[in-house]
Amino acid sequence: MSRHTLSVLVENKPGVLTRVAGLFARRSFNIHSLAVGPTEHAEISRITVVVDVDELPLEQVTKQLNKLINVIKIVELEDESSVQRELLLVKVRADSAQRTHVLEVVQLFRAHVVDVVPDAVVIEATGGPGKLEALLNSLEPFGIREIVQSGTVAIGRGARSITDRALERVGRSA
Amino acid sequence: MVTGPHPAPPRGAPRAAGAPVPNPSAHRVAPEKMTGAQAIVRSLEELGVENIFGLPGGMILPTYDPLMDSTKVRHILVRHEQGAGHAAEGYAHATGKVGVAIVTSGPGATNLVTPLANANMDSIPMVAITGQVTASLIGTDAFQEADIVGVTMPVTKHSILVKDPDEIPSAIAAAFHIASTGRPGPVVVDIAKSAQVASTMFTWPQDLVLPGYHPVTKPHAKQVREAARLLATARRPVLLVGGGVIRSGASAQLRALVDASGAAVTTTLMARGALPDSHPQHLGMPGMHGTVAAVAALQKADLIVALGSRFDDRVTGQLSSFAPNAAIVHADIDPAEIGKNKAVDVPIVGDLREVLADLLPELEREHAQHGKPDLGAWWRQLDAWRETFPLGYDEPSDGLLAPQYVIQRVGELSGPEAIYVAGVGQHQMWAAQFIDYQRPQSWINSAGLGTMGYAIPAAMGAKVGAPDRTVWAIDGDGCFQMTNQELATCTINEIPIKVAIINNSSLGMIRQWQTLFYESRYSNSDLHTGHGTVRVPDFVKLADAYGAVGLRCETKADVDATIKRALEIDDQPVVVDFTVSRDSMVWPMVAAGVSNDDIKYAQGISPAWDRED
Repeated sequence: MSRHTLSVLVENKPGVLTRVAGLFARRSFNIHSLAVGPTEHAEISRITVVVDVDELPLEQVTKQLNKLINVIKIVELEDESSVQRELLLVKVRADSAQRTHVLEVVQLFRAHVVDVVPDAVVIEATGGPGKLEALLNSLEPFGIREIVQSGTVAIGRGARSITDRALERVGRSA
Repeated sequence: MVTGPHPAPPRGAPRAAGAPVPNPSAHRVAPEKMTGAQAIVRSLEELGVENIFGLPGGMILPTYDPLMDSTKVRHILVRHEQGAGHAAEGYAHATGKVGVAIVTSGPGATNLVTPLANANMDSIPMVAITGQVTASLIGTDAFQEADIVGVTMPVTKHSILVKDPDEIPSAIAAAFHIASTGRPGPVVVDIAKSAQVASTMFTWPQDLVLPGYHPVTKPHAKQVREAARLLATARRPVLLVGGGVIRSGASAQLRALVDASGAAVTTTLMARGALPDSHPQHLGMPGMHGTVAAVAALQKADLIVALGSRFDDRVTGQLSSFAPNAAIVHADIDPAEIGKNKAVDVPIVGDLREVLADLLPELEREHAQHGKPDLGAWWRQLDAWRETFPLGYDEPSDGLLAPQYVIQRVGELSGPEAIYVAGVGQHQMWAAQFIDYQRPQSWINSAGLGTMGYAIPAAMGAKVGAPDRTVWAIDGDGCFQMTNQELATCTINEIPIKVAIINNSSLGMIRQWQTLFYESRYSNSDLHTGHGTVRVPDFVKLADAYGAVGLRCETKADVDATIKRALEIDDQPVVVDFTVSRDSMVWPMVAAGVSNDDIKYAQGISPAWDRED
């Protein structure tokens, strides 16, 4: 089993996320994380999906995704040639005695405090899965109250854009 | 009507990625003001639709009003929405055109789910138009509301919810394009009642904007060459022909390849008739109830060329021991089928007609360069299997009719131009085995989904699509009871199908499995319809009640005369109750999940491979 990050460009239409998620469920493909959002083109949305599969099932995943009428393009983003990030918000117990120690950890990980009350702080951090896990491990001793984490979003390194050609297909002229 | 209902796109012509698909309608319609409902009917007319099957209800009622005035679209009122769906499928099977069903929201639409799933499994081009509650009520659990786009998502090729009347023509045009191109399949167009009653400007043709839909029809030349090289050098080649050959209309091209290659051929349940059964290289059907020769040929092959076949578990048996020594060439229009079940050596994505048209000259080139391969030893082996293990059956010991005999005689007396439509179960397998198919579109059945009750409505649809051909529904007594209400539709609309009920008074295939695998404990498989039972219902009386001719046949001596009588009646549906033995079983058989090597020729009889190897 290995982890793969797919960027899936889809038509920005209602129900498309359901189609993608439903496909994964009924074909027994294992989604690790999924994030969806707009792109620089109003007609196209971008789904970043991280799947846990072997090589052969991965081919099935992309082929089955490609069969969905609303899926325009699928690109696998390799770790070394892409930037991959998750967003983490974590609420940590931090009274006046502990706050300094918590803030040290926050600084160490180049995270930010985005909310403070007398006995807790909310910390915002972005990064790859490894960094965020390390941050959580470091915060664990203080007492983690609540965690919310986004799916991975990813973009290829370099000047090329994967949306350019997809946009042609949408046929803006029409 | 200027164009066919599902005009093929220009095949293989490269199109700029993303350019809107030009709609193939030949004439333009100046913008015209009308209601959404009128736009639905008008779109169907512009697409060349001649027959649709449906049943009105509240949320599709606005569309039924202009439908009444259409002189181009004939609407056939079914008695259950499932019947509309299967009729559309039978129609599509028999004609190659898109079958159309039209139903209301909620229960009307959910009654279509089985036909849609069936069409999805068997790659049948079909469009379902469903009414939906008024747009502002969607999501409120309104009366007769069901999220049919959501419900059918896993079992359709695509689905479209229309709330804006202006989108009606483009949605219907897109649905027909998607249903009929690439790997065919069912498409749902769910149209809110508010869109049907609102007014819109109708224009035609519609440019289709489908940026994510680009079926590949032209095969890759290098792969075709490689396939030809393998086929020219294999010593034990088998062509595994699937339903794709029929969908693509590639029978003539297949025949040419078969003749040129000298390879053995087997046609799957979806492909019966793709190559005439009388062709000397045809070994019959593969799979769970295939011929010993066909199953053995695949097991011992050194090359399998799969053409529009998807290596279904009913064909392969236990996958890990299927065709262990064969190189695999797999040609299919759906790239996702290639490598899905069986690892492939040469993948070819394309329309079978184009694949075969390209493959033949490449094969001939190989032959010209290297000579034809010597397949003598292979054919001696295949012929030995054929001679030792022909299809056959034992006369029942209870003195009742042999179902195989009845089906064989129906086929022989009705001939190869008839259309045979089956339900699911023993009768389906016998109809696949004991009728000689000589042409495509003569065998219609529910293969992938295995939908009991398919035969009657599908036969009805087939007869509407091919009114000049004799259409037999070969049905079981269990299947028949699921959908026989459509006999009313047949009688009222003068659709004279013929029904052969192979009445063994039980769910026959269930009974067979209970005999073989459950110590003959017949849990809930007795239907009490046959010889010596209470006959509930009495199929002859039932036929009579529906205005059809009901006949009963219980002895071998009467079989031919009864079939001939049925063939003579052409102005009414005919139902023949053939009361047959319940102990007859379908053989050969590969039990579910076991290796094809363990095929049983008959109960307790296994072919001895080693002796023949």
